Amino acid sequence: MSEQSNELADLVGAEHAATGREYTAGFVTEIETDTLPPGLDENVVRAISGKKEEPAWMTEWRLDAFGRWQRMRTPRWAHVQFPDIDFQAISYFSAPKGDAPKSLDEVDPELLRTYEKLGIPLHERARLAGVETAAEDAPQVAVDAVFDSVSVATTFKERLAEAGVVFCSMSEAIREHPELVRKYLGSVVPKPDNFYAALNSAVFSDGSFVYVPKNTRCPMELSTYFRINAENTGQFERTLIIADEGAYVSYLEGCTAPMRDDNQLHAAVVELVALADAEIKYSTVQNWYPGDEQGNGGIYNFVTKRGACLGERSKISWTQVETGSAITWKYPSVVLRGADSVGEFYSVALTRNFQQADTGTKMTHIGPRTKSTIVSKGISAGRSQNSYRGRVRMNPGAKGARNYTQCDSLLIGDACGAHTFPYIESKLPSAVVEHEATTSKVSDEQLFLCQQRGIEPERAVAMIVNGFCRDVFRTLPMEFAVEAAKLLEVSLEGAVG
Amino acid sequence: MSLLRVEDLHVEVDAKPILAGIDLEVRAGEVHAVMGPNGSGKSTLANVLAGRPGYDVTRGCVTVDGEDVTGLEPEERSLRGLFLAFQYPIEIPGVSNMEFLKAAVDAHALGRGEDPPSAVEFVKRARAAASRLALNPDFLKRGVNDGFSGGEKKRNEILQMLILEPRLAVLDETDSGLDIDALGVVADGINAFRDVGNAVILVTHYQRLLNYVVPDHVHVLANGRIVRSGDASLALELEERGYGWLDA
Ligand SMILES: Nc1ncnc2c1ncn2[C@@H]1O[C@H](COP(=O)(O)OP(=O)(O)OP(=O)(O)O)[C@@H](O)[C@H]1O
Ligand SMILES: [Mg+2]
Repeated sequence: MSEQSNELADLVGAEHAATGREYTAGFVTEIETDTLPPGLDENVVRAISGKKEEPAWMTEWRLDAFGRWQRMRTPRWAHVQFPDIDFQAISYFSAPKGDAPKSLDEVDPELLRTYEKLGIPLHERARLAGVETAAEDAPQVAVDAVFDSVSVATTFKERLAEAGVVFCSMSEAIREHPELVRKYLGSVVPKPDNFYAALNSAVFSDGSFVYVPKNTRCPMELSTYFRINAENTGQFERTLIIADEGAYVSYLEGCTAPMRDDNQLHAAVVELVALADAEIKYSTVQNWYPGDEQGNGGIYNFVTKRGACLGERSKISWTQVETGSAITWKYPSVVLRGADSVGEFYSVALTRNFQQADTGTKMTHIGPRTKSTIVSKGISAGRSQNSYRGRVRMNPGAKGARNYTQCDSLLIGDACGAHTFPYIESKLPSAVVEHEATTSKVSDEQLFLCQQRGIEPERAVAMIVNGFCRDVFRTLPMEFAVEAAKLLEVSLEGAVG
Repeated sequence: MSLLRVEDLHVEVDAKPILAGIDLEVRAGEVHAVMGPNGSGKSTLANVLAGRPGYDVTRGCVTVDGEDVTGLEPEERSLRGLFLAFQYPIEIPGVSNMEFLKAAVDAHALGRGEDPPSAVEFVKRARAAASRLALNPDFLKRGVNDGFSGGEKKRNEILQMLILEPRLAVLDETDSGLDIDALGVVADGINAFRDVGNAVILVTHYQRLLNYVVPDHVHVLANGRIVRSGDASLALELEERGYGWLDA
C-alpha cells in the first residue's frame, strides 16, 4: 500500500508550490530604492553606518565585528546542505528612497498598501488581520515595520511613551538611547559568538528596540513585521529588548518575502535582557518564502536569538512557529543567570518540499533553582529534513535546577526525514534533566478513517497536524494562535483537486 | 431500486486474488449478516465497498442507489451514505473525538449543500449519541480512540454511525470484544438506527448479536465467494454445525 503513501507525500509536497497559491505573501512591491551595490568590505560597513548617521562608537563597534568575521569560517555542523554563499554577491543595504518618514502620514502609500496586503495595519485604528473572529475590544497591537534594511513605520509610539515604554527602530535607539544600546548591545550575543552573528554585528541595518521600565506592564502587544522586498539583498536585522525589574512585555515578530528563484540571506540577531522579576514573552511566526517545489529559491534563515535572565525570578519564553524559509538554522536560547529564573522554548517547525530546518534551543543553567522547559514539535513532509537540536547545560552553581524537554516529530509521507540531536551537559547530581521524545507518522490508516467519515485528506492532514501542535499554539497570544493554525493549514494545502 | 448492488466483484490485494466474484443486493430497510471463516474475505469486502486504497477491483462493480461508485474516492462514497465501522478502529492522538466528528458532520453538511450545524447544536447531538451508547461525555474530549479499550472503540464506531446517519452501514465485527452489557447497548444503537430508508450489513462470527438485531438475509463467505445465502435460520444452523458442512 505504498501507493497511498506516495499519494500522501504528493499531497503536501508537489504541485501546490508550483501554482504558488499557498504563498500569498510572494508579491513584489515596485518602489524606488537606495541600494548599495553588492559586495562587502570596510567601506561598505562604514557606508551603512554613515547612511544611518551613526555616532563614531557605533561605527567602531561594527568595524571591530567585521574584522572578527573576516577571521571566521562558515559553520558546517548543522544538518543542512546548501552551496557556499558568495558574500560578495549580496547587497547589504537597500531602503525605500527618500528621507525617513517622521510620522505615519509621511509613509509612502505604496508601502502602506504592501503592509495592508500582508494584513499588517500601519495605522493606529485596527488590529492585526486574520483576526475577524476576535472580540470587538481585542487588544491593540503596536507594529514596527521593517522593509528591507530600514524601519518604515512604528505605530502607537506616543501611547507607549505615556507608559514609559520605548518602542522604536534600532537606528533611532542608537541616536536617542545610546546609554541603553551601549550597555546591552552585544551583551547577550557577543560579536564573535558565531559566523552569522559576527556578520550581523558588522552590517546590521535595522530592527526593533524595546525598553520597558521598572514595574511596568507594557500596555499592548508589540510586534515587528519584517519584509524582504529587494532582489539580491540580505536582511540583517538586530533586535534588542530590555525588560527592567518587574517589567512585562509580550512581543511578536512576523516575516515574509517575495517569491524569487535565487536564495536570499536573512541573518538576524535578537537579544533579550530580563532583570529581576521581569518577564519577556517572544513569539515568532516565520513565513519567509520557502522556495518552490523543486527546491529553487527561498530564504536562508540563519538567526541567532538569545535571552539573558539576569535577575532573580526573571522569565524568558520563546515561542516559534516556523513554516517558511528554504533553510532555517536557529536556536532561540536562554541563559539562566538569576536565581530561580525560568526559560521556556516552544516550537513548531514545519518543513515540506525541499525545505531544511535545523532548529532548537540552548538552555544554560547558571543560577540556583533555575528552571527550563522545552517543547518542540517538528513536522516533515515532502522531501524535507527537519532536525531538532537542543543543548541543556547545568553549570556547577545551578543547584536544584530542572529541565524538562519534550521533543516530538511527525512524518507525512516516506521521503522526508526527522532527526533529534539532544545534548545534555550536567555534572550536578542535584539537577534534574528529563527528556522525552516521540516520532509518529500520519498513517494511511488514519487518513482512510478520516476519508471514510467524509473528511478530505487535505483537511485530515491539517487536523492531525493542528492536534499535534496544540501544546505550542496554546502558548501563543490568542489572535496569533488563530493565525498560526491558519498558516499551517495553508502551508499544508495540497494537490488534491 | 436496490440501495447497494455488488456485481461479479473480483478484488486483488498486492496482486493476490481475495474476492472471486461476489454478487450481493441490499434494499433499503434490510439487515444483512455476512458470516464465514477467518480469512474468507469479509473485511476485504467491507473495505472495498468503502473504497480503501490498495484493494484493486479487477472485475465487476459496486453501485449505490444506481450510481456506480467503483471509481470514487472514499470520502465521496462517505458523502453518498456509505459507512464502515472498522474491525480494528485506529487511533488519532491529538485530534479530539469532538473535533473529528465535527469535521465529518461539516463535510457531510457541505456535501448536501447545507450549512454546517452550529457548535452548540452539534455538541448537543454528540452528547445525546454518547449517552445512548453509555459513553461518558469525557470520551468526546479525548483523542480519537486514544487509549480507548477495545469495547470503547467499538462503541465509538457506533457513535459515529449514529451521528452521521448513513444510508448503508457496514459493521465489521463490531460485536467482537464487547462485554455482555455493551453488546446490548450496541445492539440497541443499531436497532435505533434502523429505518425503512437505510440498510445495515453486519459482519459477524456470532449468533449473539443476531439475537438482538435480526437479519433479513444471512450470507456465508468462503474463499472469496458467497457459498450460501438464507434467512435468519441459516445463522442458527451455522452456530450449531460450524462451516464444515458447507462445501465451499
Ligand atoms: N493487505 C493484504 N495483503 C495480503 N493479503 C491480505 C491483505 N489483506 C487481506 N489479505 C488476505 O485476504 C484474506 C481475507 O482477509 P479478510 O481480512 O478479508 O478476512 P476476514 O474474512 O475478514 O477474516 P476475519 O474473520 O479473521 O476477520 C486473508 O487471507 C488475508 O490474509
Ligand atoms: Mg475481518
